Amino acid sequence: MAAIEPMEQFLVQPVVRIPPVMIPGLGAIDMSITNSVMFMLIAAGLISIFFLTAARRAVVPGRMQALAEMLYGLVDGALTGGIIGDRGRPFLPFVFTLFLLIATLNLIGLAPGGFTVTSQLAVTAALAVMTFVTVLAVGFWRNGLGFFKLFWPSGVHWGMALFLMFIEMISFSVRPLTLAMRLFGNMLGGHVVTYMFASFVIGLGLFGLHGAGLAKLGLLGSVVSFGMIVALMALEFVVAFLQAFVFAALTCVYLNEVVNLDHGH
Amino acid sequence: MDVTAAKYIGAGLAMTGLIGAGAGLGILFGNYLQAAIRNPSGAAGERVWLFLGMALAESMGIFGFVMGFIILFVKV
Repeated sequence: MAAIEPMEQFLVQPVVRIPPVMIPGLGAIDMSITNSVMFMLIAAGLISIFFLTAARRAVVPGRMQALAEMLYGLVDGALTGGIIGDRGRPFLPFVFTLFLLIATLNLIGLAPGGFTVTSQLAVTAALAVMTFVTVLAVGFWRNGLGFFKLFWPSGVHWGMALFLMFIEMISFSVRPLTLAMRLFGNMLGGHVVTYMFASFVIGLGLFGLHGAGLAKLGLLGSVVSFGMIVALMALEFVVAFLQAFVFAALTCVYLNEVVNLDHGH
Repeated sequence: MDVTAAKYIGAGLAMTGLIGAGAGLGILFGNYLQAAIRNPSGAAGERVWLFLGMALAESMGIFGFVMGFIILFVKV
């Protein structure tokens, strides 16, 4: 029986080897197209194809266009419009892109043979840092040095406020970490748990087949584990979509704080 | 104690963080449902905040989970 290697599915392997490129100051950089890069390209291609075919501007939308409009309406209505408000419109492309990319990557990871790009901490960290830098840039651009009012709680004695400012600053700075870890942990966790139950199906099934007497109960365990896989996969589809939504929603919440800093929204 | 044994015990202990996440999610969804049943017309508008709260409550559990994985699989 093969060894149970739950982490093997997250290995990044080169698919197309490209010789390393020397970049001055950084050293040799491996430019090979890995399975991670490949599935990111597939996701980008799928999104592009979907929107090119869906955006036909029919008055009576077909199935594809209805789905595209629904996704757009969700992000525009509930996220940028609902959380940031009227000033959220300029951020719609950014949030919508994040949402679509993460949702597609998560869903591709659930397809048989698919590689979950979002289970790579490097990828989620890059997305989170991008969001964080955007929030910082928008904050300083909109408010100048008034950006620091974000950390100053109102209606508190100044001694207490100093202490609270310190805590606020810490909680602000760990945001990219929490954002990256949440997506990474959810994706990694879901896939590992599914893998473990899959290994139970085979392990307990073989144990039940070869054993005698009470060992036959292994077959029951195998069937129950299989049922668990089906249930977990259903849950994973929800999680895949929900985590993309949550990532986009948190981006909006962070943007809202700096965009509507001058008037409490 | 053997280092491998200590690693496995540590990873198991890291999973206790999920207790808090589970309790938090239960409180969150329970209270949302209670509020939604009392005032169904206001429920839809707060769903975004429900999922945000879910993400925040869950993230603490996820950190514990990631800690467990770091203990188990990261070679020092």
